[in-house]
Amino acid sequence: MRRERCSVTGTEQVGPYTLLRVGRRGLDAGIPGQFFMLEAPGRLLPRPMSVCLADASELAFLIDPIGPGTRALCELEPGDRLHVLGPLGNSFDLGVERPLLVGGGIGIAPLPYLSQQLGGAPAILGFRSDQHAEAAALLPGAEVCIEPTYVTALLPDERRDVLACGPEPMLAALRRLVPDAQLAWEAPMACGYGACYGCAVELDGELKRLCVEGPVLCAA
Amino acid sequence: MLLNASGCLDALTAPEVARSLDAFVTKTITPEPREGNPAVRIAETEAGMLNSIGLANPGRERFLAETLPRLRELGKPLWISVGGFSAAEYAETCAALEDVEAIELNLSCPNVDEAPESAAAIVAACRAATALPLYAKLSPAAWDIAEAARAVEAAGADGLSLVNTLRGLALDPQTLRPTLARGTGGYSGPALKPVALAAVYACAAAVEIPIVGMGGVRSGLDALELIAAGASAVALGTVLFSDPGAPSRIRSELAAEVAARDLGHPLDARGAAHSSLQMTVSRSGNAMQKVPGNRPKVTA
Repeated sequence: MRRERCSVTGTEQVGPYTLLRVGRRGLDAGIPGQFFMLEAPGRLLPRPMSVCLADASELAFLIDPIGPGTRALCELEPGDRLHVLGPLGNSFDLGVERPLLVGGGIGIAPLPYLSQQLGGAPAILGFRSDQHAEAAALLPGAEVCIEPTYVTALLPDERRDVLACGPEPMLAALRRLVPDAQLAWEAPMACGYGACYGCAVELDGELKRLCVEGPVLCAA
Repeated sequence: MLLNASGCLDALTAPEVARSLDAFVTKTITPEPREGNPAVRIAETEAGMLNSIGLANPGRERFLAETLPRLRELGKPLWISVGGFSAAEYAETCAALEDVEAIELNLSCPNVDEAPESAAAIVAACRAATALPLYAKLSPAAWDIAEAARAVEAAGADGLSLVNTLRGLALDPQTLRPTLARGTGGYSGPALKPVALAAVYACAAAVEIPIVGMGGVRSGLDALELIAAGASAVALGTVLFSDPGAPSRIRSELAAEVAARDLGHPLDARGAAHSSLQMTVSRSGNAMQKVPGNRPKVTA
């Protein structure tokens, strides 16, 4: 866990989302599925974001402007600076034989970096509109569906090692359909490193902190 | 002396942050394990945040057997925050603790429904159960917090922790329903600082026992202000969530504030806010009863 004040190196509109690029300043990009806490300008608390893309000089985060913190992040401009803390949490288990990436909406965020680290993997993506589906460009070759078709309709018949991120109903459906799927969840969190106990989720009948025990949980 | 506010840091998941403090204060321990409240448990607001964690903790037995031995490996003084739902419950946990720096009695969690017995009754029961230093953590929502401070001092408290969070409510802007699953939560962050200052200021003039000041501290100057109001130690809470490096940053900012005032030590400013009170009471001849220990050297 390391905290750096990073410069924004670029922002791109990707459908309704913003891809925010920041200079790494020596930050470890972490393993796909891990996340960073991004200082949201003018807000008290940082916001958790998984790494969408990483190269030697930059980390990129895909952000959906749904509230005051994410809107402030989307309004950042090149040259602006923000504190970035991480990498945090566990990660996807990359030791899989037949990976299939499954994303829903903004849940596509960790998949491009995951795909890169896996050396490429087939992907299926679901979005609520054509505009949202523009984000599929981040994952070339992915099979895409738009509501009312759900991404679960694209699941192949043969057994696959599913690695997924998306809205709760999608993850809940995958949990039923693919009992060994690796699912990346989200929860409101104040700190991201186990201090606030805000992001508790029920695991094995106990409430546990998603930022420490997750965000990637096995479906079973 | 810099501490963390109880419930704002887990030394086992962030040991390097705990080591940057002068002492580590645990999350509140209750006799029985508690899952805490359902999600959503936190909400950011315009000038602070709400939490309704609900005293989630492994319970006394597991804490003593599993958590405490691992905390000792930090090599830092440990303050154990103790909670309960009766004076006897608090006292049982106090009696089970040994070889720790202090016990902080959480007399004021806003996130549980059970009404506590009077703070003084709980302190008295704990005093009878342990010789360890007992700090009473009081709510700033009291009508007269100085009266509560005098009562716990008389009951045997060795110090005060001021303040706990204030009860608050956030509504979802779309649905206009409470954001937190439990409805209300404890309000913390920058908005709490003036409330904490007022509580420390009032209690420092009312009691002689030391005070750990906390509430909205984000900078060295914030810490110095609490000391000036009468605190002899300062705890960090919400600031740790956004900045785990806050202890060392605030420590160096505090040193700079102290140097800028030609003081030798932060505690040289202790009680500075009371200078007019000090004059008033010293004329009446009972200054030592009313004014905290260290005489302020601030002349400005």
